[in-house]
Amino acid sequence: MSTKASRSAARLMISPAVLLLLGWMLVPLLMTVYFSFLRYNLLSPGATPFVGWENYYWFVTDPSFQAAVVNTLVMVGGILAITTIGGIALALLLDRPMFGTGIIRIMVIAPFFVMPTVSGLVWKNMFFNPVNGIFGNIATSLGLQPIDFFGQYPLASIIFIVSWTWLPFATLILLTALQSLDQEQLEAAEMDGAGWWSRFFYIMLPHLARAITVVILIQTIFLLSVFAEILVTTNGGPGTSTTTLTYLIYVSSLLQFDVGMGSAGGVIAIILANIVAIFLMRMIGKNLDA
Amino acid sequence: MARAVSTRRKTLNTALAGTLGFLMFFPILWILILSFKTEEDAIRAPLEVLFNSGWTTESFATVQARSDYFKHFSNSVIISVGSTFLGLLIAIPAAWSMAFVPSKHTKNVLMWMLSTKMLPPVGVLVPIYLLFRDTGLLDSRLGLTLVLMLINLPIIIWMLYTYFKEIPGEILEAARMDGATLREEIIYVLTPMAIPGMASTVLLNIILAWNEAFWTINLTAANAAPLTAFIASYSSPEGLFYAKLSAASIMAIAPILIMGWFSQKQLVRGLTFGAVK
Repeated sequence: MSTKASRSAARLMISPAVLLLLGWMLVPLLMTVYFSFLRYNLLSPGATPFVGWENYYWFVTDPSFQAAVVNTLVMVGGILAITTIGGIALALLLDRPMFGTGIIRIMVIAPFFVMPTVSGLVWKNMFFNPVNGIFGNIATSLGLQPIDFFGQYPLASIIFIVSWTWLPFATLILLTALQSLDQEQLEAAEMDGAGWWSRFFYIMLPHLARAITVVILIQTIFLLSVFAEILVTTNGGPGTSTTTLTYLIYVSSLLQFDVGMGSAGGVIAIILANIVAIFLMRMIGKNLDA
Repeated sequence: MARAVSTRRKTLNTALAGTLGFLMFFPILWILILSFKTEEDAIRAPLEVLFNSGWTTESFATVQARSDYFKHFSNSVIISVGSTFLGLLIAIPAAWSMAFVPSKHTKNVLMWMLSTKMLPPVGVLVPIYLLFRDTGLLDSRLGLTLVLMLINLPIIIWMLYTYFKEIPGEILEAARMDGATLREEIIYVLTPMAIPGMASTVLLNIILAWNEAFWTINLTAANAAPLTAFIASYSSPEGLFYAKLSAASIMAIAPILIMGWFSQKQLVRGLTFGAVK
């Protein structure tokens, strides 16, 4: 039961947030689209002529663009596979009765709170470094040749590091979802003679379906923007082997100062992210009873 | 009806989960150990480090002395806390109005706010960088606070909205009947009931802002760099300083680890926009 006065008050109260977000979204977006049609390099001052689709053409036909798209897909897909499957397994394990649940859960969740630059540098130096890193040390003490992870398997190393951060996230959300599962349903199935696997496939997995979708979609949004882990470990190399779309756009805009090209890349990134976003919004929208 | 579980089964679960948990936590534990070693000891073989070297706090002192660590630490505090409370100031009225005076547009507005979060930062990097350069906001704490406030504003509004929704509207109506003005209603009735929800919103957003590493790295240099950007400067290999890197890292992640552990439950709700509770 709201009065007319409270309605207009409500509108007034929501407007700062709406205006700010509208500005934050529209102004840079329009500028990106506008810049993407200009020949505009910060290193060569002077005229910035309109060049139509030229930037898009050069950006898309550049071999590093194709490499970046493939790398982005492999990286996001790899991390999603590891964190989702690992997350389900860990959540199932943590849901079981055990001693010291609190401390174990704290240890599992901790990596999620480590800032990206720290996790990148720590894994790179303290673990992956073939001379001083722990993995190298273990290999040497076993009489094996230490592996130069970032030299030989650069993208896999990045996938590993970022998965370490996001596995706790997936686990935490799936565990929360798992705990809302009706235990009596499981017991009833067990009494009817359903084995663990059939209980998993026919009761637990369908119950988790929603949470799994949410985990995948939200992680995709964040993973498309992975940046700092690459910056502090490989700088996109060797060659273009760890250059993702985000990193490629960063290189053309802030390292090569090519505003036009960076903007064209930005527009492409926005379109790709929106495809994912549409699915995510549908999922969340369904759950919203406003 | 809980089933009786044998102690043997429980011990087995504990051993397995404990081992996995320890492995996941190990990198953090390891830098904690290395941060109390000398540089010479820190690069020795792991067993040597553990059992055959002394302990020292010199790395912490060196990090501060050489690089003005606490300037970056305070940048992180100012930027993350500042952006969170600024966001809260804008989000509370917005979430209040959507939760208690919903209109037929409310759902669309909420979804639209969420959609701004889906904009990849790299898509607007160039214009933001240029705008900041031209307005003198580049490498300033104010500029970074504003950006982080804006990128987290949708999350703050969403979290507050889901918490406010759980407060029965009848209580607010009763207060209104008793003659409470809108301001009084928010301050004396709504706020006390919403404090737990607001606290976890604040906590989660400080965590997100503290760890944000795209804008903080790209929009700052020496002056306003928070810890994310400061730690990134350790990637230039002028010789590897394991102990100092560890000390700097431990100080950078410790406050957030502690806050994070307290906000586990709310984390799920905040990061899934209420889709999983």
